Amino acid sequence: MHLHSFVTQFWPSTVDGVTLGSIYALFALGYTLVYGVLKLINFAHSEVFMVGTMSAMWIMHFLNISAIQSGFALVGALLLAALFSMGGSAATALALERVAYRPLRRRGASRLAALISAIGASFVLQQVFEVYYSNQYSNFPRLFKHSTLFNIGSAQITTDRVLIVVAAVVMMVALERTVALTKLGRGIRAVAQDPETATLMGVNIDRTIMYTFLLGGIMAGVAAVLWNVRFEQTRFDIGFLPGIKAFTAAVLGGIGNIRGALLGGLIIGLLELYGASVFGSQWRDTTVFVVLVLVLLFRPSGLLGESLARARA
Amino acid sequence: MTAISRGMAPLGGFGGRVRRFWRAQPPFLQLLGVLLLFFALAILLPSAAVAKVMAPQSSWPLVLFYPIGCYVLLALGLNVVVGEAGMLDLGYVAFFAVGGYAMALLATKQHWNFWVIVPGGIILAAASGLILGAPTLRLRGDYLAIVTLGFGQIIDQAVNNVGWTGGPQGISSIPHPPDIGHLSIFTYQIGHDRPYYYLILAAIFLVVFLISRLKNSRVGRAWVAIREDEDAAELMGVPTYRFRLWAFAIGASVGGFTGVFFASQQIFINPGQFTYAISVLILVCVVLGGSGNMPGVILGAFVVAWLPERFRGFDKYKILFFGIALVALMIFRPEGLLPSRRKKAEMADGAGGGGMGAALIPASLEVDQ
Repeated sequence: MHLHSFVTQFWPSTVDGVTLGSIYALFALGYTLVYGVLKLINFAHSEVFMVGTMSAMWIMHFLNISAIQSGFALVGALLLAALFSMGGSAATALALERVAYRPLRRRGASRLAALISAIGASFVLQQVFEVYYSNQYSNFPRLFKHSTLFNIGSAQITTDRVLIVVAAVVMMVALERTVALTKLGRGIRAVAQDPETATLMGVNIDRTIMYTFLLGGIMAGVAAVLWNVRFEQTRFDIGFLPGIKAFTAAVLGGIGNIRGALLGGLIIGLLELYGASVFGSQWRDTTVFVVLVLVLLFRPSGLLGESLARARA
Repeated sequence: MTAISRGMAPLGGFGGRVRRFWRAQPPFLQLLGVLLLFFALAILLPSAAVAKVMAPQSSWPLVLFYPIGCYVLLALGLNVVVGEAGMLDLGYVAFFAVGGYAMALLATKQHWNFWVIVPGGIILAAASGLILGAPTLRLRGDYLAIVTLGFGQIIDQAVNNVGWTGGPQGISSIPHPPDIGHLSIFTYQIGHDRPYYYLILAAIFLVVFLISRLKNSRVGRAWVAIREDEDAAELMGVPTYRFRLWAFAIGASVGGFTGVFFASQQIFINPGQFTYAISVLILVCVVLGGSGNMPGVILGAFVVAWLPERFRGFDKYKILFFGIALVALMIFRPEGLLPSRRKKAEMADGAGGGGMGAALIPASLEVDQ
């Protein structure tokens, strides 16, 4: 126990925790949306994220962007990275739905079978990127100077952290509004609530499920590019640990609940950093899981309860 | 619903035909059959001729012990949790690790005899199953999955970071089991692999026997009831929580059992041998083979453990092909290679045993018409 370091590290931990947590939250949305609609843990979602980080890195290397940019070049490079990351993740998510889920759905396979096929797809994706990019970390270039904007306590608020949190919040609000207000969102909620009745009311289930994967993929893509900005390196198995944490975040907040994913992500991010400063960094994951178990004991369906269907406008 | 009742008719399907055929034979033929099976498993399977086909690049009896034998045992244990009681456990490797570390620590620090540690490891694993299960088994489905996954990670970090487990370096010079008499098939040494195969074979037979007795008992029927519809089971007076806890502890104890054997053969263990990947692979064994059906689970474990050993030359693409095979198998045979009769009947009915939310629609609409 290092309570002293917890006190001295409180503000830096909080800032880092919120930064990390907002990435987890975006990542968790993919788990939550798919679970809400299909009642299924999308185990390959960590690979959706991985492909996003890889795509963003690939376009930077392809265009030989490796130094600090400024002005329009910076905005262009960031947008390009984000675009490729979202595109890569979304394409992966759609392909997964087509190849690993839809055929099983058609045959009325059990949820366990879907889980195994997702694990299989995740093996395939990892191996493809391992063979193609080697098993070493590849670097994502630092595109802008991480200069300090202001201080909170002993914590320095740097530009990259501000960018990450702001981008994450914007995307999250956009998604929340999409699900709450648009026709597509109403379809998603209808399928989540009662698939049978939704079909009878004229909702196209296949298309709704496809869009659900698409939305989850786009969110994972944003999370991926933000991850690149924060940690500046990626590898074929980069998705695994953040994937577990993001899934934990979704469960903690109440799986299937969009606001729950946000809350869960932030809590997991904070817990990880606080846990590291109190117990030492080797125990950061343990802290997260112990708290998860404790929370689930007292609130068995997550903090905000599980319901995509009831996410009303 | 007709297919389900058909499927549940006594001795239907392939397994039933085999059993009926078996019961119709005179006793001496049955004895001969048992002897033949014994011969095939004890002499034929680990022989050099088979080895040339099955594992040209490695020691076949050793492969038969680990990964094949160990995976079969682990899959049988996990099958109790996943296949019988219908709970998704993603941290099963934790119990394997408990058994392995029990063997390593008790043998090197306390100098206990292997045969004393076997029950000790089982009890420790069962106890950790109870400790984990008691608070968490009230959770349902996917929440349980994430909690067990978390538990696996916690155990992993604990053995990596606690002093007395040796940290990432692990524990070395774990003793082999003591020799039994002077027969060479009971002499446990390094490079002397066949005795270990016989040891694990005996363990597999024991576990299969015990679990099949359990399956046909009140406990087994309670598990089926819980798996099919927990609320209905509870309403019918089945103490679901207690039976789920039973299933969890029994599954855990089989994991611990395997861990003890594994550690005593490897003589060196470290946290890298008990990763999340093992939990996933064992789950794959269970579902691939046909969850809930022991011959299926054994076949699944054999395939999952053996294929990577056989195709060592293709190291780079091994996992790629494995992944493709998994997806393809689940698309074309979602009920597993050798499904249980009940599962098959459900699939024929299009009910798929509580599928993925929206997945049920076409099937259930058909049923309604």
